[in-house]
Amino acid sequence: MGKNVILEEEVEARNFERGGEVSSRLKTLLTRLNIDPDIIRRSSIITYELEMNIIIHSRGGKIVASVEKDRLQIAARDEGPGIEDVDRALRPGFSTADQDVRELGFGAGMGLNNVDKYSDNLKIHSDEGTKVHSTVFLSREDEENG
Amino acid sequence: MKIRDIKKLLDLKTIVETDPEIEVTAACGADLMSDVLAFSNRKTILLTGLTNPQVVRTAEMVDIQAIIFVRDKNPEDNTVELARQKDIALYRAGDSLFACCGILYQAGVQPEEIKSFY
Repeated sequence: MGKNVILEEEVEARNFERGGEVSSRLKTLLTRLNIDPDIIRRSSIITYELEMNIIIHSRGGKIVASVEKDRLQIAARDEGPGIEDVDRALRPGFSTADQDVRELGFGAGMGLNNVDKYSDNLKIHSDEGTKVHSTVFLSREDEENG
Repeated sequence: MKIRDIKKLLDLKTIVETDPEIEVTAACGADLMSDVLAFSNRKTILLTGLTNPQVVRTAEMVDIQAIIFVRDKNPEDNTVELARQKDIALYRAGDSLFACCGILYQAGVQPEEIKSFY
């Protein structure tokens, strides 16, 4: 089994009303595929944080999820303006979100930490301060053994 | 403790009902949704002062089955609609977040285990 893309969805910038729709769709798909509940839960949290990041911080982007034999991959790609200092953005409590976002309960500087915490491998690439590509891998080994 | 016991303890008003027999072992009181995403375990009830649909979305992602809005706050219509779609119960409490959490803690509902990742 090669890489099997199960979801590819656009995420609109600043459309808070629809925030979480892509994550919700992915959760439904993974449940249908009988993926281990712990992996579903972790990937839902990761996707939701990445989706909200695109809505809050970017000019719009896309989330692509694919299932491989031994792992699940979630990729978030946006159209910028990019993360100035990725290490700093990963620090708990660091946030550049505005007041509107904070009133929704986000922008407390925990988003990327959550992504990091629940993933087995996180790669963030900010292309010369313009686009942000985040790729997350969740190992399915435990699921197969269990 | 079951949701129906919590309803009595906090004198909750029902906005969306699902299954009052659901067992709750822990509670989470928060207005920061990323904190909920960071620390929530299963079988948790969420107490919050936020009323927007993102609260329901957050609950959906971490399998929280019931949300209590504190200090008699009424959720927005689209929050109620989303909760119905996702089969998540919504209640309203007259007390503050602090008071609700205190009452539940005293009755034996556990706080969530905080696994630090700083």
